[in-house]
Amino acid sequence: MNIGYYPGCALHGSSDDYEESLRACLKTLDVKLQEIDEWICCGATAAHSLNQKLSIALPARNLALAERGGFGEILAPCPMCSMQLIKAQKALAGNEGLRREMSGIVELEVRGTTRVLNLIQVFGQIGLDRLKAALKSPLKSLSAACYYGCLLTRPPDVVEFDDCEQPHSMEAILTALGAKTVDWSYRTECCGGGMTMASEETVLDLSHKILSNAAAHGANCLVVACPMCHVNLDMKQPDIERRYGVRHGMVIYYLSDVVGMALGLPESALGINRHFVGKA
Amino acid sequence: MLVGIRAGGIRQLVSLARPSNSYTGLGPFSRRAVSVNTTNPLPQASATASVVEALAHTHLFDCYQCGKCTAGCPMAAQMDIAPNRLIRLLQLGREREALDAQSIWQCVSCQTCATRCPKSVNCAGIMDALRQLSMEEGRVSPAQRRVMLFQKAFLDNIRRNGRLYELELIVQFKLAGFMHDRRFSLLFKDATLAPKLNKRKKLHLRGKKVRDRAVLRRIFARSMDNS
Repeated sequence: MNIGYYPGCALHGSSDDYEESLRACLKTLDVKLQEIDEWICCGATAAHSLNQKLSIALPARNLALAERGGFGEILAPCPMCSMQLIKAQKALAGNEGLRREMSGIVELEVRGTTRVLNLIQVFGQIGLDRLKAALKSPLKSLSAACYYGCLLTRPPDVVEFDDCEQPHSMEAILTALGAKTVDWSYRTECCGGGMTMASEETVLDLSHKILSNAAAHGANCLVVACPMCHVNLDMKQPDIERRYGVRHGMVIYYLSDVVGMALGLPESALGINRHFVGKA
Repeated sequence: MLVGIRAGGIRQLVSLARPSNSYTGLGPFSRRAVSVNTTNPLPQASATASVVEALAHTHLFDCYQCGKCTAGCPMAAQMDIAPNRLIRLLQLGREREALDAQSIWQCVSCQTCATRCPKSVNCAGIMDALRQLSMEEGRVSPAQRRVMLFQKAFLDNIRRNGRLYELELIVQFKLAGFMHDRRFSLLFKDATLAPKLNKRKKLHLRGKKVRDRAVLRRIFARSMDNS
């Protein structure tokens, strides 16, 4: 399987352990990622907060580059990127005037025909049967709290993925790989997202609640599919523990980490040794 | 002008300013269906509020103040003016109070409000529109200015590099933040993080820039042009 790949800034920055993990994992499953040449930042929260036109234009340029590269489908493993790309794609597909305007702004013809996938959807395309067939070491020791955060399922009319209040797609994958999943209350609550630098207390407060709720429901790890969620729950976890005087010690895995482990990959090949919180 | 009731002529102008593809509900209770009744006009958005409607692709008067947006908002407990009350201020023509609010910068853009709204009011989009107008009009709450400075530094970084260059962003944001509030504690707060990131090979001294960076400047210039 070949698929276009839009890494986004985080996966080429301090969250490159996520890229390391998903590349190793997908390679084992014979998925070839073809990176879109000259991709640019999606604009993220900064663009949709400060300039609405720019928040369509930046993703539109990437969609145009994907179209030029002949990619019908692209993987955007960061939910912020994928939501921004899908929002622009839908707006462009349904509005010829906007297509013309944006083609002029981004200096490339854009039609809005590219389908943007998150990582869970790519595993879905591979299929649970194939994952089970490739299973080498069942995840028996995991009691995982699957954490979706905000933008994997929201806004639902944009991303059209899973159930926005009671999602279950990650649980289905983990269960197929032999892990236990816990029923808990904070699966779609926000970790504070991009506020890590600008308003640290916000992130510490929201992420502390998420970690506490997962532990209270018997989880021994959290599974995420978002680089920002990982930063806030893993990298900031020592700060959370200091601020609230608690010890969480909660391991935060990317989804591709746990799938990769089940496929028999060593933790070092998945970049798990580069996380902040290690196994107790 | 404290009350947002306007005569028919202005109402028509305002409705022209709205995007045509933004609203499809034409049921018996929608504004468009009843707005033909000129003898008993419904309240209409003020000029600023209609810009918010256009930017957010939504209709402020669809909100009937059930408060579900605020009930699900993870930041509501800390906010000076909760999401449903921001919308009410816009309905009442008191948009300055909304543009000055701290809450529009406390919002974490989690989209829960818009997702759960029973009237499909794009509350998260309204927050975006309010942030944009608040910045453009220089009304950003001083207590929340750091958030705006971060967003600005982020965009400026992309404009120059095409992709985020984290180290440069941090330096730029720290300096801008320091110029704003002169707090040394915040300036050096994350300095100890650098060796920890480096140990995990997560500290990248050089950013991976795109080759064609000139096109970014043109895209930004065209997008920022409000014509």
